[in-house]
Amino acid sequence: MPSPITLFKGRVGDALIDVQLQLALSEVPVNLAGNRAKAKAALPEFERLRDVARDIKDHTLEHLDHYLDIYEENATAAGAIVHWASTPEDARAIILDICRTANARLVTKGKSMVSEEIHLNDHLEQAGFEVVETDLGEYLIQLEHEAPSHIIAPAIHLTVAEVERRFRKAHTQFPQSRVFNEPADLVAEARQVLRQKFLTADVGITGANFLVAETGSSVIVTNEGNGDLTQLLPKVHIVIAAIDKVIPTLADTVTLMRLLPRSATGQETTAYVTFTTGPRRKGEHEGPEHVHVVILDNGRSELLGTNMRSVLRCIRCGACMNHCPVYSAIGGHAYGTVYPGPIGAALMPGLSSVKETAHLAGASTFCGACASVCPVKIPLPDLMRNWREAEFQAGSGSVLARTSLKAWAALALRPKLYHPLMRLTVAALGALGRRRGAFRWLPLARGWTRYRDLPAPEGRTFQQLWSETQKGVPR
Amino acid sequence: MSRSADPRPRAGLFVTCLVDTFRPSVGFAAAKLIEASGCEVVVPVAQTCCGQPAYNSGDRATATQFARQTIAAFADCDYVVVPSGSCAGMLKVHFVELLAGSSDQSAAQTFAAKVFELTTFLAVERKLQTVPGRYDGAVTYHDSCSGLRELGVKDAPRDLLALVEGLEIKEMTECETCCGFGGLFSVKYPDISNAMVEKKTTHATKSGADLLLAGDLGCLMNMAGKLRRANSTIDCRHVAEVLAGEMSAPPIAKRD
Repeated sequence: MPSPITLFKGRVGDALIDVQLQLALSEVPVNLAGNRAKAKAALPEFERLRDVARDIKDHTLEHLDHYLDIYEENATAAGAIVHWASTPEDARAIILDICRTANARLVTKGKSMVSEEIHLNDHLEQAGFEVVETDLGEYLIQLEHEAPSHIIAPAIHLTVAEVERRFRKAHTQFPQSRVFNEPADLVAEARQVLRQKFLTADVGITGANFLVAETGSSVIVTNEGNGDLTQLLPKVHIVIAAIDKVIPTLADTVTLMRLLPRSATGQETTAYVTFTTGPRRKGEHEGPEHVHVVILDNGRSELLGTNMRSVLRCIRCGACMNHCPVYSAIGGHAYGTVYPGPIGAALMPGLSSVKETAHLAGASTFCGACASVCPVKIPLPDLMRNWREAEFQAGSGSVLARTSLKAWAALALRPKLYHPLMRLTVAALGALGRRRGAFRWLPLARGWTRYRDLPAPEGRTFQQLWSETQKGVPR
Repeated sequence: MSRSADPRPRAGLFVTCLVDTFRPSVGFAAAKLIEASGCEVVVPVAQTCCGQPAYNSGDRATATQFARQTIAAFADCDYVVVPSGSCAGMLKVHFVELLAGSSDQSAAQTFAAKVFELTTFLAVERKLQTVPGRYDGAVTYHDSCSGLRELGVKDAPRDLLALVEGLEIKEMTECETCCGFGGLFSVKYPDISNAMVEKKTTHATKSGADLLLAGDLGCLMNMAGKLRRANSTIDCRHVAEVLAGEMSAPPIAKRD
């Protein structure tokens, strides 16, 4: 079995030559990042709000057990049943049990990254349930059994032409001669297919953008309205969310909501922001009869007492990946993890084993664009560096890299040895490279020279030249 | 090392390992500019590298040794001036983190207060009003990531370039996007690094400038190496070379 890093490099290689993917990715900075910049410019207090949002999340994480208790108390009082799941297995077992008890056949789903994290669809399907994703992007990738490539735009890797191809392949009930003149035609067809599913579903599963402790409400933030139909029409509604989604109050929700859509898509607010508190009450005409909230830990509580805690501030806006030059070069699938991009590199080793995903922290230039746009100011490069430190301390990673680093450090920490040796090296390289000014090829530098020339040294070190100019000057 | 009798503020030049070994011209250009801002320039020989390769590889203990070595080397300086935003960020921001809670914590803080990235030092700290350089042509400026995001280096290089007679700035699209260098990243993930530098050099080419400038030699070697491989006519230089009028060395990655 190849190592995780070898597999990663293989996927990266494939992604970089995937013409369709590159075409789809080329629009990310223009659309998502550009829209965020416009939304930020239109809100003078945007930067100040980021501090407030960070403080809300830090306070909540500081007292997480307390707010989870309050949430459970208030959700229960409203008639919901709260389940605690420490592992993905636990969460799946709880959800399977609820679906069986409801005698369900068809399960509709709103967009939920936590359901991806626990690979819920596969398990429900194996147990005999029909599962239909109702978010358009999720529906598109479900058609080909793909994972999301972005946390808010799961099908961002697809071009419009590819969407049309998938629809023609999957929706054989419609005439092949139909034409899709514009994206709206695709949306209309999806709506037609999904409408029937909404009406006949037995269980609806959604995620939650926030769990509000004060009221016991769960909040979903959507643009398509599919989440509302998923959670309101079936008899049973299951919310699946992780422990880091709880926040204290409705006022806090409003503050975070001022940042979430703006950071994500550049919208001032999304088309739908829905607060759900318990099942249908006496005298009410709509809403589910039963509401279950499954709250997943999956390693998060282990991060609370560590230098990784701030990763749990994340409100899943996706701005870090929209602004990441690595993500926009390789796309989400190349990461091979549920959460891609900078937040994925910072979070995934905490959720799975460090061995499987710590290499992702290495796939960053630490340019810091992610941290500079994060609405809750997660210091993502610092967190990635923390994982590099954990990997270094565990002695994993490349032996050659470690040995070279140690040798270089041993030398560079002895200036009296370092400077004369650099003089010799630079003289030799300078002599070799002077004629052309750059090397097309150099032993041990293949990683560099495969794609670019290596500029040749001028031939003498600065220290050497400077000491010559300073002779006679007292220092 | 005894202090000289020079009454001017004593500015220690942190050369950076890349300038020291690959392009000493940048060091001399920086020294000339620091001197022009009214300081005495000294170059401690006990300096080597800022330690970033170790720090960013997760070897915190070794990085801490580099922090101690560097702080000691510049103990008698009023300023520490660095012709690189990346190394300056290491000295000013990360040394403090590395030594927090140790006996050297306050030394690291005192040191950090003395550290400046070169263009910020000249434009903001020393308020330089004229520069020796003159350049007849159009330049475009790449904002190196660490300088930009850790130290806020954005206006200083442009304000200084505006003082250069004959020079026109033509901004490129996404001038703040990473060039794909990232230190060891460039050799650990050459495929991704290449995709990034390809975008960067495409933007630089489209800007219409004939000279690509930046404040960090690492980024410049990456971009210049890519442009040279593509046989581009665009030249690359460190911003200090243009500001100081020290342009006798051939452009980066080009021949004499």
